[in-house]
Amino acid sequence: MSIDVKNASYTYSPDTPFERQALRSVNLSIGGGELVGIIGQTGSGKSTLVQMLNGLLKPTAGTVTVCGITTTAKGVKLRPLRQAVGLVFQFAEHQLFAETVAQDIAFGPLNLGVAPSEIAARVDDALLNVGLPLEIKERSPFELSGGQMRRVAIAGVLAMRPQVLILDEPTAGLDPKGRDEILARIRTLHRERGITVILVTHSMEDVARLVNRLVVMHEGGILHDGPPSEVFCQWESLSRIGLGVPQATDVLRRLRLEGWNVPAVALTVAEARQAIVAAWRERGGQD
Amino acid sequence: MMQNVTLGQYLPGNSVVHRLDPRTKLMLAFAYIIVLFAVTNGLAYSVLALASLAVIGLSRIPIKMVLRGLRPILMILSLTVVLHVFTSREGTLLLGFWFVRIYSGGVQQGLLLAFRLVLLVMSTSILTLTTSPIALTDAIELVLRPLKRFGVPAHELAMMMTIALRFIPTLLEEAEKIMKAQLARGADFESGGLLKRARSLLPLLIPLFISAFRRADELAMAMEARCYRGGEGRTKYKVLMYSRLDVYAALCFALISGLALAVSFSL
Repeated sequence: MSIDVKNASYTYSPDTPFERQALRSVNLSIGGGELVGIIGQTGSGKSTLVQMLNGLLKPTAGTVTVCGITTTAKGVKLRPLRQAVGLVFQFAEHQLFAETVAQDIAFGPLNLGVAPSEIAARVDDALLNVGLPLEIKERSPFELSGGQMRRVAIAGVLAMRPQVLILDEPTAGLDPKGRDEILARIRTLHRERGITVILVTHSMEDVARLVNRLVVMHEGGILHDGPPSEVFCQWESLSRIGLGVPQATDVLRRLRLEGWNVPAVALTVAEARQAIVAAWRERGGQD
Repeated sequence: MMQNVTLGQYLPGNSVVHRLDPRTKLMLAFAYIIVLFAVTNGLAYSVLALASLAVIGLSRIPIKMVLRGLRPILMILSLTVVLHVFTSREGTLLLGFWFVRIYSGGVQQGLLLAFRLVLLVMSTSILTLTTSPIALTDAIELVLRPLKRFGVPAHELAMMMTIALRFIPTLLEEAEKIMKAQLARGADFESGGLLKRARSLLPLLIPLFISAFRRADELAMAMEARCYRGGEGRTKYKVLMYSRLDVYAALCFALISGLALAVSFSL
């Protein structure tokens, strides 16, 4: 189970005055079980990249190979790929359509030809995985709150049992509680099921706490690729492209400029606090 | 896939044609169509076609863009020609075998009618390619205003058109996004019989309608919040003014259509 993107480029509306190159010769490989964050400004090509990973878009040059399936190969069957790679779009609640929550979640497995008896079990399982009570199964998805609708939509993708789960801005437009819940669920899913998770976002705070690997995209190319603690050391390059670093890292950076002996990177507020307290003690300060 | 709609697309530019007052362009396009249906022979059509080509040249729109607008009517064009060729009984017999009779009049009429349709679509394409949708609806409102006395709701019509035009790209984008989301869930929009395909569109259409209603609601609210009360007493930030250019355009048009009509009725 691995993802291989080789020299992939993508151009929207080629040969028209509206031609726009969204990806420029991108190389990326992601192994099984990784938890990767893809971050970049609007228009940096991150959505285009993830849509190529399940064959919704095919590269105009280069190749994309996922689970041994090359999307540009002749006569390729895309359905196995759609099953293997679950893609949750931005504002996923806009895709809900069925009369009941259960029917909507069953839509994906039904398309894959899963047996009805198994579908029921998958629906329950998916609901539990996103932290929703089973009682809402028979309710209309349009009666739910925004955060609940988002989770039903994610459950609809989980019920397809993908090996790779891609989430495009899963927390956009949610309140802090809804955001934390969804991020915690994603972490649990990754840990318990061992699936590969790719999280697309423009929020540094979200990814800093969650991912093992961070891919920074800019103008259709990959600018940085590495563990968050390394990527956040590139403060200058990140702020030049308008991304910045998590607030905790920023505080430490400013303290270092003032001559404090603190590490350059902290991913969470707790980490930053620990580092600052240690440096304070070192300076002979009182608690 | 859905971005290939040329009809109604605007190509920004700064040519002479772009700078004409939208009212002039609208009325001239309308008059052009009337002349197009008034003249009857090939020579007159050629005069009008040359005029169209000259305008395209002046507007510096790539001819490819204009021709692309013809693609949707290809079916109608071929149907027109075929029907005329096989049903008309005028002129001399060109070909006759079994039950098929092809007369010269049919061929001639079919081709002329096709030519007329091509010019019709081309002229409206030039109008929309060189005029921004907002300018166009402004023009429609001003041109229709005198008809208000007879109960034509000019402002409301123009506002409805502005909103509709404004939301076409938004809805297309939304449709494409929902389509992709359902494709990612293994939906199949292409195979199966008519009934199955119609059913398979439900997961696309239901979310699209819901979001269209939600958008309409939000827009109405936003307009009310800014005290929109219809066209009564409403002033414009950009007031349209005729310039010398419009006079020249009108004169040129009068000359060309005069020529076309003369050619058509004197021969």
